[in-house]
Formats: sequence, C-alpha cells, structure tokens
Amino acid sequence: MRSSLPRWAVAIAIVAVALFVIPLVGLIATTPWAEFGSMLASDLVLDALALSAVASVSAVLISAVLGIPLAWLLARAEFRGKALVRGLVLLPLVVPPIVGGAALLFALGRAGIIGGPLYEATGIVLPFSIWGVIIAATFVSMPFLVITVEAALRNIDRRYEGAAASLGATKSEVFRRVTLPMIRPSLVAGLVLTWARAVGEFGATIAFAGNLQGETQTLPLAVFVALETDRDAAVAISLVMVGLALAVLVGLRDRWLAR
Amino acid sequence: MLGLITVLAVASACDNGSDQALRVSAASSLSEAFGEIESAFERENPDVDVVLNLAGSSLLREQILSGAPVDVFASASREIMEQISDAGLVSGRPSVFALNQIEIAVPPGNPANVTGISDFARDDLFLGLCEAQVPCGILARAALDASGVVAAPDTNEPNVRSLLTKIEAGELDAGMVYATDVLAGEVEGIQLPTQYSTVAEYPMAALADSAHPAAATAFVDFVLSSAGQAILARYGFISP
Repeated sequence: MRSSLPRWAVAIAIVAVALFVIPLVGLIATTPWAEFGSMLASDLVLDALALSAVASVSAVLISAVLGIPLAWLLARAEFRGKALVRGLVLLPLVVPPIVGGAALLFALGRAGIIGGPLYEATGIVLPFSIWGVIIAATFVSMPFLVITVEAALRNIDRRYEGAAASLGATKSEVFRRVTLPMIRPSLVAGLVLTWARAVGEFGATIAFAGNLQGETQTLPLAVFVALETDRDAAVAISLVMVGLALAVLVGLRDRWLAR
Repeated sequence: MLGLITVLAVASACDNGSDQALRVSAASSLSEAFGEIESAFERENPDVDVVLNLAGSSLLREQILSGAPVDVFASASREIMEQISDAGLVSGRPSVFALNQIEIAVPPGNPANVTGISDFARDDLFLGLCEAQVPCGILARAALDASGVVAAPDTNEPNVRSLLTKIEAGELDAGMVYATDVLAGEVEGIQLPTQYSTVAEYPMAALADSAHPAAATAFVDFVLSSAGQAILARYGFISP
C-alpha cells in the first residue's frame, strides 16, 4: 500500500477497520454452511425478507418525498426556530429507537393523541400492521437523508441556480432541473444510508409495530427471535443481511465517487 | 468480559463498612417484593447488609457462571436454577419459594369486554402474548393449549414488561401476563379457570462459593418463613 500519510495514522485506521471486521469474522466463523440454504428457505426467513424489502423501500420513498423539501428548507430558508427544527429532525439519531417506538405508540396508537381520532374517524390502526413497520423505519432513517441533502445543498455553487432563474425558470423548476442534478451524488448517498438504516431497524419497530411473523416481523426481529431458539438460523439471517447491505453500500459507493 | 463487568459492578456495590454484605441475585419480577424482604430481613439481622442484584434470570445465570461473587440466587425459572445446580455452584438443594400464575390482563375498564381465554381466538381484537421462548410465553401457550383455544395474537412480545406496556397503553385489548404483573401494572386481571391455569415455579438457593454461608442460608430461610411468604403474597405470588 502506497500512502502519503504518517505511519501512525495508517496504524490507527487499521485498528478502526478491525473493529468493524472482527464481529464479521465471528459471524462467518459460526455460520452453519451445511444447512445455510435450507435455513434461509424457511418461512420465517422468507416472510421477514419480503416484509423488510417492502418496508425499507417504502421508508426510503416516504423519506425522499418528505425529507428532500425539508432539507431544502433547512439549507435555504431563514426562519425563527430553525435551529430547533433541525434539532428535532436529528432527534431520532440520538433517542434510543425503542424509546422512539414507544413514543410513536403513545402518539399514533389506537389510544394515542393522534392515532385515537384517526381510529375514530377511519377505523385505521397503525400499530401491529405493516404501516407501523414503515412509520417506525421512516422515523429512524429519514434524518440520514435530511442531513446529507442539506449539507450538499449548502455546498453547491449557487450561480448555476441564479443563471437558470434569470433565464425564466420558476423556483420549483430550478430546484428540479438544476439543484437536484447538482447534488445527485449526495442524494444517492443519502438515500442509500436511509435504506440501510431502515433495513437494520429493530427497536422502534418492536415497540411500535409489535412482532408477528408475516405481519410485522422484519429481518432484525426474526434474528432476535431466532437468537433465543435457533442460533444457527439467527447467524444465517444476519449473514444474509450483512452481505446484502455490504453489496449495496460498496456497489453504490463506487458510483457516488464516479463523478 | 460480561463476567468481569459484573464482578466489578457487584464488588463496588457492596463496599460499604464492616457489615456483612450479602449479595442476592434475584429475577427482575421479584424487584418490588425482594425490596421489601430486604428491609424486613435487615431489621431482624442488623449485622447483615443485603445487596440486591436484579435482572432477568438468564442474565443472572450468565453472571454466576462467569464467576460473579453471589451469595444467594432467586430464579424465575426452574430450568435456569438447574443449570446453576448442575454446574455444582449451589449449596444444598434449591427450594421453590413462590409460584406465579398466568392471568389475562386487559386495559383499565376492559374496553373490549374480554371475558376469558376463548377471546384469544378472536380476530377482531388486538391480542398480545409473550414470545414463544420466554417463560411467560411458554406458560400462556400451555394454558391456551389446555383450553383448546387457537390464539390469534397480533404481537409476540420479547418480554412480559413490553407486553404489559402495550396493554396499559390500551393498544392491545388483552394479553397474558403473570398475576404479579397485573398487580404491578395499570391493568385489570381476569383469572383463568384453575384447570387451564399454568404456574411458574421460582426456586432459590444459597450458592456454594458464598463468603457468608450462614447469612445466605438465613436469608433463604427468611424468604421461606411465614413473614417472607406474607410479603411475597402481597405482590401476587402464591405460596408453594
């Protein structure tokens, strides 16, 4: 490895990487390769995989629809209480997910302050359904999109937007046709981070949506249940999650860097 | 690592003065009852300072197996006590000191008018059980099997406290928890008919490596005495 960095920095970086690699080695070492295929073909895993796929992609879509305009607002608008709004948006990164999930339950549950009237009016119950899973995943993952996109919006050269506006484009057109393409690498990075966080979500999901196979039991919940009954299955599911996430993160990483 | 942390935590928790510090590891469902038992025992034995270490029985087992200095172990599960006993860490034989019954818990006022175990087959209600591997889930399923009810739960909760929270919040119409949780939580209880009810046995024992074997035995005897049993009964435990 050729490097212009001092040796100590390289040494410390290796320790840092080891911290991430060692658990992975542990996981691979305990993987029951012989029964790997049959374990992953079980109903428990297939149900959880389907649910995780639908819920995580939905969370990314909702995060994009809600989070990009929010990031735009935070990057460009000046208003009172902006620091507070930004703090509130970042709160899910700090609050333990299980607390966030309990808070969602008290607010959006059938007996909650918002969920109560919703239930009275429409009969819709969010917990114990895939909607609960999607809301929990969106709650914990959207901040990743908002911070990434906001930072990108602050860093771009605004003269291009000015030029487009002077040529008669409306503000919305400028955003869609000039601003968004300029921040595309960050936007993709933010969407991928959001997806990765949504796939791994555990605490808010189990606290808000509950745990039922085929209804609300995502891959992390299936791992949690399997850890107590069938450690081999838990390891196999975990390895699939790690492999999937690594493939997506590495694959897209190369694309972001290719300008 | 876990063992080391535990040893340090337990060691620092009882570094106070010349009294004998009696380290009692007790299942978390015993928290309130053992708090009161601690005070009562210390009144009778002023030279002993009881230090409670409260956690899930399986975590307490891991601590003991990894060498944490513990004098008395009170478990919520017979199997977990047997694992400690099989490892040769128990002095004498464990004694069952309490029973805990499975009950139906409903939110205050019982808004869904749940009347009994047969309601657990209803699709129109929001129902919860403990996950099939934790003791309260095993016992609840045994009661359902005994009564011939095919349950339609909406969630299988990881532990009895998270199930209780969802019932207290009114998000679940009913769930099956311990009788002691019904007393501790803001819920109403519906007892199961005796022929379906299933019971958890709580064994306790003085440990072989205890630094204070006499005090450890005295504590076990106190819990088994009528005074100790009266305290446990107030928190909903049944005398064995």
